[in-house]
Amino acid sequence: MKILVTCKRVLDPYVKARVKADGTGVNLDNVKMAMNPFDEIAIEEAIRMREAGKADEIVAVSIGAAKTEETLRTALAMGADRAVHVVTEDDIEPLGVAKVLKSLVESEQPGLVIMGKQAIDGDSNQAGQMLAALLGWAQGTNVSNVELDGDTANITREIDGGLERLALKMPCVLTSDLRLNEPRYASLPNIMKAKKKPMDKKPIDELGVDTAPRQTLVSVSEPPPRAAGVKVASVDELVDKLKNEAQVI
Amino acid sequence: MNFGLTDEQQLIVDTVRSFVENEIYPFEAEVDKAGEVPHELAQSIMQRCKDIGFWACNMPESVGGGGLNHLDFTLVERELGRSSMALNHFFGRPSNILMACEGEQIEKYLMPAVRGERFDALAMTEPDAGSDVRGMKCSAKLDGGDWVVNGSKHFISHANVADFVITFIATGEEDTPRGKKKKITCFLVDRDTPGFDILPGYNSVSHRGYQNCILSFKDCRLPAGQILGELHGGFDIMNTWLYATRLTVAAMSVGRARRAFELTLPWCAEREQFGQPIGKFQGVSFQLADMITEIDAADWLTLAGAWRLDQGLPANREIASAKVHATETLAKVTDTCIQLHGGMGLMDDLPFERFWRDARVERIWDGTSEIQRHIISRDLLRPLGA
Repeated sequence: MKILVTCKRVLDPYVKARVKADGTGVNLDNVKMAMNPFDEIAIEEAIRMREAGKADEIVAVSIGAAKTEETLRTALAMGADRAVHVVTEDDIEPLGVAKVLKSLVESEQPGLVIMGKQAIDGDSNQAGQMLAALLGWAQGTNVSNVELDGDTANITREIDGGLERLALKMPCVLTSDLRLNEPRYASLPNIMKAKKKPMDKKPIDELGVDTAPRQTLVSVSEPPPRAAGVKVASVDELVDKLKNEAQVI
Repeated sequence: MNFGLTDEQQLIVDTVRSFVENEIYPFEAEVDKAGEVPHELAQSIMQRCKDIGFWACNMPESVGGGGLNHLDFTLVERELGRSSMALNHFFGRPSNILMACEGEQIEKYLMPAVRGERFDALAMTEPDAGSDVRGMKCSAKLDGGDWVVNGSKHFISHANVADFVITFIATGEEDTPRGKKKKITCFLVDRDTPGFDILPGYNSVSHRGYQNCILSFKDCRLPAGQILGELHGGFDIMNTWLYATRLTVAAMSVGRARRAFELTLPWCAEREQFGQPIGKFQGVSFQLADMITEIDAADWLTLAGAWRLDQGLPANREIASAKVHATETLAKVTDTCIQLHGGMGLMDDLPFERFWRDARVERIWDGTSEIQRHIISRDLLRPLGA
């Protein structure tokens, strides 16, 4: 079985995001970039499936500008077998991403797609669901455990208030939650092999899918600075403030 | 000329950086306080290093090592240098002098070291022979087919966890233009050799938990088969294989200086005094500018030294410059980082006092700053007959 795994290049999670002065986005010039942490988990899961003999090929996919190649090399160094780089300078919205991935699924014919549950830049948590819908495949989102059994993926999802267990008919789309696994380090032998592994570059225009934006970015701003706390004299006052000031109950 | 890292080099840097951040940083403070490394922690770091194929990354692929060249290995050392030496020591890099092993020595010492089954240590220094290596007193006399060793060594790093010690011992004297000098031979000495003891050393202010030991030889018999390289060939083998260890010190110093700087920079942007971030005061901002300039310079000097080795170019002076500049930069940077943190910088709640203590030894071991300056100036003046 072939597994298609996505890996997005995002701002390093340990770097403090700074909004551009003109409010048009987050400043990504000269800051450290890294693979989306949820995608690292997705790749790790695919590698474990291959190691367990449940899969025989892992294709890592990413959409982005030239530097995206570095993120794909990381995926190859972790253990993916080959990479597909869909080249674009544009910021693609989740629906566009899903359409691009659908096109790749049609040409690659994987038995399983594993994605991060969301990318830590846009935090949309949409592309996986949209891809499953476009393909008409089953979807398992926010999974914390996966066991493959023939044509069935038995998964555990983290939902509000507990765990949900589902049996999905494959092929399907899975999106990884934080607790699915702990991604490995790239090993030295794999780092040395990564350069020799194939990387296809496909200009996004050649895929024939409509990735035009459907949203307009109005502005990006820093969250308001946290105000100092106050002491309340009684439970009644607390409840009053939660109701009327914070408006959370 | 290209100053960028290749994809492979970037991945190597990223991997080792993640390794030290996840596997070493969390334990540094406790190891520094305890002055020793818990056995399980050492085992865990060793195992994880093996799991990712970085064990013996400095050794050639022909013997099962990672086959990194000098530049790539220097990048590894630079990233490891960000972390505690007591712990990063278990990210195994056997001494490459073991490549001089021949015959039975290969299976007994070289291969087990590359596989991570046996740990080596290296012994040269004596109480009366520091920079003056040829003044060593620990000596061996031929008796039958064996060499009988008497004397002692000190400051022998991590011999407490070593299975064997690569030891330089005087095996005679020769006349030189500057008087009598010792002939030196390199021996492989197993930990359990009768007459050989590895004793606890001193408590150092630097790198607590990375122990130094005293070696004692009392009528210790070593068969001729324990000689590494040629009899009286200690200097040759030293020059061939230990030539570049100064680069390791330089690279580690660069890594640690950059870590200290990276922790200090955001502090200067956030800490407010007199109604503004302290980084806005020129007295502080210029110190930041000076620090990053010196760190980058040390970084490039170090990488350039490694690059020269890979190109087969003369590198003795360049490596000495890298060592002296990187270690002195580390000293200045760690001192400045404490200054910019004020009183809190001295407290062991923050890592700066540890960095500052650890920095001190770097200007001393593997050739003091004075010896490095001697090497540099000799290299400059000798061709002029001075």
